[in-house]
Amino acid sequence: MSTGWLIGSAVIAVILAPLIGGLLRGIDRKLTAHMQGRIGPPIIQPFYDVIKLFGKKPMVAGGAQLAFAYAFLALIITATVFFALKQDLLVVLFILFFGSLCLPLGALSVKSPYSQLGGHRELLQFLAYEPILLLAAIPIALKAEGFTIASIFEYGQPLLPDLWITFIALLIALAIVMRKSPFDISGSEHAHQELVRGVVTEYSGPYLALIELGHWYEMVLLLSILGLFWVTGSLWWLSIIIALASWFIMLIVDNINARLTWSWMLRFAWGAGISLVALNILFINLGWM
Amino acid sequence: MGILSTSRVKSPWLLHFDCGSCNGCDIEILAALTPLYDIERFGIVNMGNPKHADVLLVTGPANYRNYRVLRNLYEQMPDPKGVIVVGTCGCTGGVFHNCPNIIGGIDKVIPVDVYVPGCAARPEAIIDGVVLALKKFSRS
Repeated sequence: MSTGWLIGSAVIAVILAPLIGGLLRGIDRKLTAHMQGRIGPPIIQPFYDVIKLFGKKPMVAGGAQLAFAYAFLALIITATVFFALKQDLLVVLFILFFGSLCLPLGALSVKSPYSQLGGHRELLQFLAYEPILLLAAIPIALKAEGFTIASIFEYGQPLLPDLWITFIALLIALAIVMRKSPFDISGSEHAHQELVRGVVTEYSGPYLALIELGHWYEMVLLLSILGLFWVTGSLWWLSIIIALASWFIMLIVDNINARLTWSWMLRFAWGAGISLVALNILFINLGWM
Repeated sequence: MGILSTSRVKSPWLLHFDCGSCNGCDIEILAALTPLYDIERFGIVNMGNPKHADVLLVTGPANYRNYRVLRNLYEQMPDPKGVIVVGTCGCTGGVFHNCPNIIGGIDKVIPVDVYVPGCAARPEAIIDGVVLALKKFSRS
């Protein structure tokens, strides 16, 4: 593949990811409203929200907070670019983790009790999903014989039939990254009474918009990683179906669950998520998959 | 209307503050969030955070006990912002107007854009009040 083609795909990914992410977020709100017997906002509502936020007067509680908001978005865009360039999956994941870490660091740099509480809970969420994502790279690498995304494309066979156990573990991680119930403990949209807005309490106006944009990139990147499970062969379009189906499962899980405690989340994510991936690695090494 | 004004009109996030009301108006505000009225249709979301809010909904009369809180919340909201007073108490002091602990209407403490009278104000009237306050955003 030529360099021009690669750079083109990176630029397209950076432009398309927020558009897809915002649209998915809008459809999410619409479907959720319908599931609750409401009509719900228009599908392009998230774009109205973000444009409005960019037009508000900037207010910050401290310089560090501001720097972390920019770093969050910039690092997640970098991870998206590395993904589009078909680089090492581990590099993509570590840049994503570095970016995600900016959010709780920004929250903890402010002396607001709600922001502090949200920041701590965000770190716990981080602790829950990070090992799953990282370990999931190992069975993928065992099958595709290389950690690069390019090697998954060159593998020639879909990964899902052999790695469906890892895929289930990744769904748990996706639910935590998308901050859906029962894992919306760090900054729930519906937790006014408890921690205001948790990790983003102290962010307002344009900086909140940067974080929202970052979340869209983050969600699209995670869904693209799930899409990697069926990228080769004539049925490559199944990757899009798999990503969208995973996203829809998250919606249903969100609507049928209440928010649970962080200790339950940690037990579930580590207990179920990590052991599923470990099981998959074991099966591959035994030659059963 | 430009894209920014359109977005402002389409996405007003509410902050609800009870300044010592009898809870009659507060129940009506929450009724507007239920599936029957479903104000999220208009992009309106009930925020618990002044730093994210565009519109401040106040119920009850201004009093010496918490007028500082009211002013603090108002000042924490980034511009452009609007204030809607819901209920007769908030508009003028209502039945409490001569009490020693009452300052009077909310407009004695912070600037108010829209008054929604009624005891209690109906959810339809509250939604009308929010729509009226949005005209302020469409002009700016």
